[in-house]
Order: sequence, then C-alpha cells, then structure tokens
Amino acid sequence: MSPQIEVQLIAVVVAVAAALPGTFLVLRRLALVSDAISHAILPGIVVAFFLVESLSSPVLLIAAAMTGLLTVVLIELLGQTRLLKEDASIALVFPALFSVGVLLISRYAGGVHLDVDAVLLGELAFAPFDRLVVAGHDLGAKALWSMTAILLLNVVLISVLYKELKLATLDREQAAVLGFAPATVHYLLMGCVSITAVGAFQAVGSILVVALMIAPPAAAYLLSDRLSVVLILGGVLGAASGVGGYWLARGIDGSIAGSMAVVAGLVFLGALLFAPQRGLAAQLHRRARQRWSFAERMLLVHLLHHERTPSAAEETAGHTVHRHLRWSERFTAEVIRRAEAGELLRREAGLLQLTERGRQIAQRALLELDERDGLGELGGRDRRRRAGRTIPGGAVEE
Amino acid sequence: MTALFADHTLRVVALGAGLLGAVSGALGSFAMLRRQSLLGDAISHAALPGIAVAFMLTRSKAPVVLMLGAALAGWLATLAVMTIVTRSRIKYDGALGIVLSVFFGLGLVLLTLLQKRPDASQAGLDRYLFGQAAALLVDDVRAMAIIGAGALAVLAVLWKEFKLISVDADFGAAIGLPVRLLDTALTSLLVIAIVIGLQTVGVVLMSAMVVAPAAAARQWTNRLGPMVALAAGFGVVAGVGGAVLSSIVARLPTGPTIVLALSGLVLVSLLIAPARGLAWRALRRGQHRRTVEADAVLLDLYALALQHEEDLEHGHDEAVLRAMRGGQINVRRSLEKLAQAGLARRTGHGRWALSAAGRARALEQIDHAGEHA
Repeated sequence: MSPQIEVQLIAVVVAVAAALPGTFLVLRRLALVSDAISHAILPGIVVAFFLVESLSSPVLLIAAAMTGLLTVVLIELLGQTRLLKEDASIALVFPALFSVGVLLISRYAGGVHLDVDAVLLGELAFAPFDRLVVAGHDLGAKALWSMTAILLLNVVLISVLYKELKLATLDREQAAVLGFAPATVHYLLMGCVSITAVGAFQAVGSILVVALMIAPPAAAYLLSDRLSVVLILGGVLGAASGVGGYWLARGIDGSIAGSMAVVAGLVFLGALLFAPQRGLAAQLHRRARQRWSFAERMLLVHLLHHERTPSAAEETAGHTVHRHLRWSERFTAEVIRRAEAGELLRREAGLLQLTERGRQIAQRALLELDERDGLGELGGRDRRRRAGRTIPGGAVEE
Repeated sequence: MTALFADHTLRVVALGAGLLGAVSGALGSFAMLRRQSLLGDAISHAALPGIAVAFMLTRSKAPVVLMLGAALAGWLATLAVMTIVTRSRIKYDGALGIVLSVFFGLGLVLLTLLQKRPDASQAGLDRYLFGQAAALLVDDVRAMAIIGAGALAVLAVLWKEFKLISVDADFGAAIGLPVRLLDTALTSLLVIAIVIGLQTVGVVLMSAMVVAPAAAARQWTNRLGPMVALAAGFGVVAGVGGAVLSSIVARLPTGPTIVLALSGLVLVSLLIAPARGLAWRALRRGQHRRTVEADAVLLDLYALALQHEEDLEHGHDEAVLRAMRGGQINVRRSLEKLAQAGLARRTGHGRWALSAAGRARALEQIDHAGEHA
C-alpha cells in the first residue's frame, strides 16, 4: 500500500471512529466534554509513556481512558459542590490537567520522543512510517491497526448499547426509571470518547479530534431527525472531511490535520446554509414564501370585500389598489403578478377580478381569521356578520 | 552584566504577566457570571488564524498588529457561535466545539504554510500556542498595558450597566438599558482580555486565565465589586508568580505554570473560603452531627434515669447507652461533650448520670418535640 493511500485510510478511520461517539456528545449537549477529555488525557499519556517508553503501547490507551474518566468525574465532583457552574468546572479542570501534562513533558521528556506540539497538533503525514511488523512481515501502519481496533470497539459498543444510549440521550429520567442505568451508559460513552481521543491524537492531534467528533455529527443532525441516520451520515461526512482534508493539505502543502478540521468546518457550514429543511437558505426561502403568500391573501381578501360594490372601480383597479393596501407600487405589482400566475385573479378592463379559486382562497382566509380571533364572542360575531354581508353567495352563515 | 540583564528581563516579564492577570481576572469575573466560561476557550483558540493572517498581510510581528488580528478572529468566532445557536438546532456547546476546533485547524494550516517560507521571518509565531513569557519585550508589555488599561477604564465607566446585565438582563431591558449593545461591549472586552494574554500564556490555556481567578474570587464574596477586585488580585499573584518561576527555572513553560498556580488558588479557595468553603462546610456538618448525637445520648440517659426515680444520681453503664444507639454514634464523645456542658457527669468507671441541669434540658427537649408533634 502506498503511503498516500494509507494516510487517507487512517484519516477515514479516525474520522468515522470519532464521529460515532461524537453524535451522542452533540445530542446530549456534552460537546465540550470532548474538548476537555482530549486535552486532559495528556498527563495520562505522558505518565504511561514514561512507564513503557513507547507511544504505540496499549498501556497508553488504558492510561488515557482512565484519565479521561477521571476528568469527567472531576468535572462532576466540582459541579456537585455547587460552588461552581458546570461550564466553569469544565473550563477549570482541563487546563489544569493539560498543564500538568505539558510540564511533565518539558521537564522530563526532553522533547526526544514526545513533544507537546505532536500531541496537540498531530502529524498524519508521519503515521505510515511507524510500521507494524510481526515476525518479519510488514502488516501496515501501526496507526491504521490501532485506529481500526478503536473504530470496531466503538461500533460494537454503540450497536450493543444502541437502545440504552438512545433512551439515555433522549430521556434520561425515563431511562433511569426503566432500569437502563444511564450513569453506567454515560461512563461507557465517556470511556469510548477517551479511547478514541487518545488513539486519534497521534494522527490528528488533541484539538482537532474535537473537530472530527463534533462537526460531522452536528452537520448530520441538521440533515436528519433519525438517530440511526445521523450516526451513519455523521460517519460518512467525517470520512469525506478526512479525505477532503488530505487533498486540501496536498494542494496547499499545509498541515493535514488542520486541513481536515477546515474541511469538516466547511461541511458543517454547507449543512448550516443548505440543509433542505433547517438550512439558513431554506429558512429564508420559507420566510419569503410566507411573506408573498400572506400578501397574496391580503390582496384577494381586499378584492373580495369590494367585489360588486360601488367603490370597486377605485378599490380594485390595477394601478390604484396599492394605495388602499398601503403597499409600494413595486411590491403590489409583484403580488399581482404572482396571483395572476397562480390563476387567482385576472385583469378585466383594468380591474382586478377574482377567479373562482381566488375567491375560495379569500373566503377561507377570512374564515381562518375569524376562527383564530380570540378576542371574545362579541367581536367575533360582529366581524362574521360583516363578513357574511360582504361575501356574495352567502358562503358564511350567521 | 548578565545578572543585570536577567533582572531587567524578569521585571518586564513579571510586569507583563501581572498586567495580564489583573485584566483577565477582572473581565473574567463577568464572563463567569454570564456563563461564558467556555466562550473564552473558543475565542482564544479562534485567535490563532487571526494572528497568522495579520502576519501574512503585514509581514509585521508588532504586538499591536497581531493582537488586532487575533481580536478580529476572536470576534468573528463569537459571531459564528451566536449565529449557529440562534439559527440552527445545534446548541451552545456544539457551536463552541465546532468554532473552536475549526478556527484552530485553520490557524494551524496557516502556520504550517508560513513555516514553509524560505525566510525565517515567521519564527516565533508558534509561541502563541503555549506562550512564552521570557520572550516578552518592553514594547509588548507597553501594548498590553495600554490596551488593558483601556479595557479596564471602559469597565469602570460602564460598571453599573455591566453589573445589571450580568446579574439580571431582563430587568436591565425593562428599565430601558440597551442590553444588546452592552452585551456586545462586554463580550468585546472579554475578547480584548484574551488577546493581550495570548503571547504570554498561549491560545490553549488562555481560557483558564479568564475563568480561574473569577472562580477563586467567587468563593470569598457574594458582592460583585470585591469579587472583581479579588479576581484581579489573584490574577496578578498567579501571573507574576508563574511567569517569574518559569523565567528562572529552565524548561518550565509559562502558560502551564501560571495555570497551575491559578488552579492551586482555586482549590484553596474552594476548600477554605469562609462561608462557602468545603472545609468549613464539613466542619459545620460535623459540629451539627455532634450536637444531634449528644442530644440523643442525653435523652437516652434521661430515659434510663426514669427507671430509677428514687435515685436520680444512679449511674448508667456506657455499654448500655451504646447498645441503645446500635453502635451508630460515638457515645463516649457525646458523653464527654455533655459533661463539658455540665449536663452529665461520671459516677464511676464507665458509668454516667445526668446532672440537674441535664434533666431540665432533657425535659425541655421533650416538651419541644411535643410542641412540634
């Protein structure tokens, strides 16, 4: 396998492994716990490194996972004192633990095999140089093996605990009542996050793990309401960010991990702007459509009011109607154009005439207005009487 | 000569870190009260691309230029967080996480691009990651001082307004304060506090500079004024202490040293601050428990005394008392406490009886309990 393919494979595996537990963090509003854990595992990694003098030993994984859990417990303990708010507890615990890690490294590791930049920033380009060699056979990059193992662990854990995780995420109280042990599930998830963070730190660095854990699932969450879909889509978007980041980094000759985070950010931005239902563009579109349809109905109701009345010539003429609605000429012209296109009205001798459909819509709009009118019986009845009088054909009974 | 130089450096470094501690401590108090502790983290991480872009555009490493870039990026990050929170279903924590990591990633990419340049002019930009107090120059400190003093001046002028929107924004809006504007101003001050510290503490740990002094100060007082002053004081102490230590001791990075000093201050405050401190809380709880236990033993002794009404001075065995409480409480300690208060006395080895005062007290308690029943 060429290093190029291998780097991309590692990127994909890391991204997918991060997105799976990340989905639950996003949904449970624990996104920043990933930030805390990914920083705070540093002292665990350092101490384990001093013990085994290797960066790829499983001992590191275990030590880091324990440190990650310790972080979560510390944050919760601080919160339980009720002396500090939860966000302040997070903001206190992880810098302290991270500082311990940095100090240990700079005092005792001498920057030989382990330096802070590497932990913090990662260097994916070097990952293929660390080979897994068993009995003289080159089996591939170590990072690929370790991350695949972590990915499988995450997949297994989430499949086995899917129901529990789902319930604990959506309704913690009910999960507790039904005996699903949300606390246990919580700590398992946190362990999962810790292991993934430590596995990924060599490849993408501890801060960018956060990007891969949060951004793709958040983007997926904007695209779907179903947990299973969000999980899978989060993985897919993460993988896309990994590969896209690799090629961006090659194109501009920059940091791979940084580029992956940037692409993950762009993917999220894309979802934020263009998600079919919830995107900003869709929101704007919906709002504009509502505005036009409201204006159309206003116009139709106005025409209905004055249909076959003596003032019709003044009130419903195409070039004067804007004055009576107090709209600008341009806006009125656009509303008329839209209503005409929808065959809700037509022009006859300069007057705007409702079509049968237009009349129905106007009548229905009036009825809805009446029903929604909560201002008391009298006002409602009064208006209905007026409406009944002005609607030809007696569509509304007294 | 060397000693003199070291002394000068030390003075500059201590002054810079102290300034930084004062400004971030004071402004951090507001951030913490407004639940923006983690916004500080996002702003400081997000400042990295701003620094890189400012350098790319101007080719200058003048502190003011880089701080301006950092501040703009921090501001953009805040805006991005607010947009995501108000315009999508992603919550505050998710928005912070995305903005923080993506901006940081962008900064990293830009830094690696700068490092590929043939000239070494970008050297030193990476100290913004972890901060390097030893590299502070007089110019840097001057810039920090001017900007920081400006921020504190704004804080002093708008003190009442800021106080009100931090404590009760709805009330502020009701009496006609421009809450949105004040909110933006206060967040901008937070951005400034963070930006002037990046060079010394670094983007990764700067958030602790904002939160920790405030968290420590909060334990000592319930009033905003003293809290802000105390937070600034803690910031100065930890800043100067950490920076000086890291300048003297080899291989002791500044940011982590200051952060650990601050963490120590927080821990001590959490434990021993009067009224709120955990140690006092435990002590009070212990005292309360001992009082309750002593009362229980008092009533037990009274119950035993009722069986010997002819001989009120009859001593009762400690073991009996212990059995009556099923070993749940420390009977000996309670008896001694009662004896000290003159309510009980020892009649012989391991035997105890109530004094007249003790009997009166027991009756009082029984009456009291009766009233409640």
